[in-house]
Amino acid sequence: MDTHISTSAKTISGIMRTWITLLGPFLGLALVILAFSILTGSPEKYLSPFNIRVVLSQTVIVAVSAIGMTIIIISGGIDLSVGSTIALSSVVTALTVNAGFEPVVAVFAGIMAGAIVGLANGFVITGLRVVPFIATLGMLGVVRGVAKWLADQQPVNVSQTWINDLVVTFPNPPWLLLAPGVWIAIFLAVLMVVVLRNTIFGRRVFAIGSNEEAARACGIPTKRLRIWIYSLGGLFFGLSGVMQMSRLRQGDPTVAAGAELDIIAAVVIGGGSLSGGQGAILGTMIGAMIMAFLRNGCQQMGWPNYVQEIIIGAIIVAAVAVDQLRQRRT
Amino acid sequence: MPILQLREIVKHFGPTVALDGIDLDLHEGEVHALIGENGAGKSTLMNILHGAFRPDGGSMELGRMPYSPVDSLDARRCGISLIHQELMLAPHLSVAENILMGIENFRFGWFDKKALHKRARSVLENFDHPDIRPEATIGELSIAAQQVIEICRAVASNSRILLMDEPTSSLQRHDVERLFGLIRSLKADGASIIYISHFLEEIREIADNFTVLRDGKSVAHGKIGEVSDQFLVSHMVGRTVKNLFPKRTINEERETVLKVKDLSSPPALRSANLELRRGEILGIAGLMGSGRSDMVRAIFRLVDAASGTVTVRGNESQATCGTPASRISQGIGYLSEDRKREGLALSLSVADNITITRWSSCSRFGWLDLSKQRRRSEEMIAQVGIKAAGPAQPLKELSGGNQQKVAVARLIHQNAEVLLLDEPTRGIDIVSKAQVYEAIARCAAGGKAVLMISSYLPELFGMCDRLAVMSRGRLSRTRKISEWTPESVLQEAIGSN
Repeated sequence: MDTHISTSAKTISGIMRTWITLLGPFLGLALVILAFSILTGSPEKYLSPFNIRVVLSQTVIVAVSAIGMTIIIISGGIDLSVGSTIALSSVVTALTVNAGFEPVVAVFAGIMAGAIVGLANGFVITGLRVVPFIATLGMLGVVRGVAKWLADQQPVNVSQTWINDLVVTFPNPPWLLLAPGVWIAIFLAVLMVVVLRNTIFGRRVFAIGSNEEAARACGIPTKRLRIWIYSLGGLFFGLSGVMQMSRLRQGDPTVAAGAELDIIAAVVIGGGSLSGGQGAILGTMIGAMIMAFLRNGCQQMGWPNYVQEIIIGAIIVAAVAVDQLRQRRT
Repeated sequence: MPILQLREIVKHFGPTVALDGIDLDLHEGEVHALIGENGAGKSTLMNILHGAFRPDGGSMELGRMPYSPVDSLDARRCGISLIHQELMLAPHLSVAENILMGIENFRFGWFDKKALHKRARSVLENFDHPDIRPEATIGELSIAAQQVIEICRAVASNSRILLMDEPTSSLQRHDVERLFGLIRSLKADGASIIYISHFLEEIREIADNFTVLRDGKSVAHGKIGEVSDQFLVSHMVGRTVKNLFPKRTINEERETVLKVKDLSSPPALRSANLELRRGEILGIAGLMGSGRSDMVRAIFRLVDAASGTVTVRGNESQATCGTPASRISQGIGYLSEDRKREGLALSLSVADNITITRWSSCSRFGWLDLSKQRRRSEEMIAQVGIKAAGPAQPLKELSGGNQQKVAVARLIHQNAEVLLLDEPTRGIDIVSKAQVYEAIARCAAGGKAVLMISSYLPELFGMCDRLAVMSRGRLSRTRKISEWTPESVLQEAIGSN
């Protein structure tokens, strides 16, 4: 279709669209908070600094992984093995602590475990030409199995180290206000916003997701880039795993089953397109918070778990439907 | 009495006026050409006629009855079918299933394959194509054969009016002849055709009447035999295009910057030898599928070569090693024949698309200087004459001609010494064409070496200094353009060697 559009109208609609894209997730978050403030009957409790701290430290694990997932999804990929990777990384961190290494080493080992899974995903996808959906679906099983094997099929309990303070509700020292993990997530989110916007790597991620063949014809080493992207994603998943371990105070090989749903949903609610070339870290963060406030609200209402699952499932579909409507209109 | 009558058709998209009062009369057995630049509203009008869009104003009458299709199936039932510019076929299904899609045979709710194949076969035979088997999978067929299927689909539903949106854009000359034969036989049966094309020669050959669209209005209509090309073009653009091709001064005997020796990439490319000099435009003619595109893709390392050497500015290397990235660093630039699939990233901004092959112009240590990127893009937008709201505008909002200009702007920004252009003006309007020619000529004048593949002979004769012809994977000797005639080029292209 070659409809002629006057230049001035384009600019206005372009600006409008950018705003709507940014505003959409914000409005959704406001709506969720408003709804539960009213439903719980005590907004001062739901929005108390205490509860907000609780929600934020609950969000952190999903949020950090979602940063990595955003990059993968912008590049036109997907990683379904994220939940298993989180479990593996939490087990690896716990085992390293128990083996008597410094906590720093344990954290590094956990993050690297995630990166190695990402690297493997990247090689299978580019080298063996397996589509990302299947490659990472397979990896979901493999990694979960490896985690259980390493942990001998049971949670690995760890002794108290500073790792366990990463995502506590009341940080020490108190002037931090929020858990160190929350600050780490905020820092990484800001960093990746800048990386995606202002670096050649970032623009290449968008280019490969928008049109891989064009990217190749423009001299972008698409295979190597994809391997990098999955490995980078793996780093974030690994860090999530460390935080998961910190939260549970044990390395649990069965943890985070189904987390891929929450993480991918956060990206999609935040404006990411599963066909690639679109996505925003800020939107993803809001998406992760929408789900955290939802879960928290449901808990406060005393609703059973299945209600949360139904609501979150419906919200994912609604978010994508709204996005489709918006794209059709413009 | 016309069978289809449009009066004052208006269509808005938000604040944008796409159609602003279109009148059109179509008679039985008439081929009516719809002419206009990209963005004039031709495709929008086609979409209204086959039910994809509803008009916001005006009236449509089909056989003296008001006509307002709710969707394309409804339009098809009323006897109006659209043959899309881009083929709309299901590649995994059979020929018969594609031809009869939506009007399949069912017996007691069961898919009746035998009857389906029989019906499809009779349609294909009527169409002089008994060679296409109804059981064949679409994906196995050539593009030309696929187009036949697309037309058969329209005929199979007993359409009395066929809308053809640039049906020849992916066809070889002999397939164009076949298509015209089909159109004539459809016409003899009393069917009417609305025919969109950018090629005035084609329109003169096949159409009876014409309507010119400009900026969503119908600005001229009449019998095609009674007007000159000059008249049509001036109405299309609202002004006169005097010289489509820029004037060039040829500086002979400059040094060779690209030398290709014994390049092969089976099965399509068997042997190519060429030398490209600084400041010249070397044309490559040949049929589609003759191996022309494979040659430049092999030079640029997008497909693997089996043998040969490529020498860029004195540095000889085996054609079998390297990557597109290494070719770019050697100073080679490539423009793909397929801008949607391989050329451009449509969801990204104009600025990203222009600077993607040379980010070093606006970055340091991997960090982009966004304001510098914007300035660079603005320079390019001005230099090539791209109509865009700004560097940040997503490319998909631009018209086809402007998208192509972005692809050209990228090469200029890349500052490549050797430009490999594969069909640089395919499917773009005449004003954009003139701008692209201008940009190419300026590159050559600036000392770049240009290799240009084209199926459009006037373009090759208008632009090139020397020409070689690709025929069945073999490249002919390169000769001065004055030593070629359109006839000799064609002879070489279809030659029986």
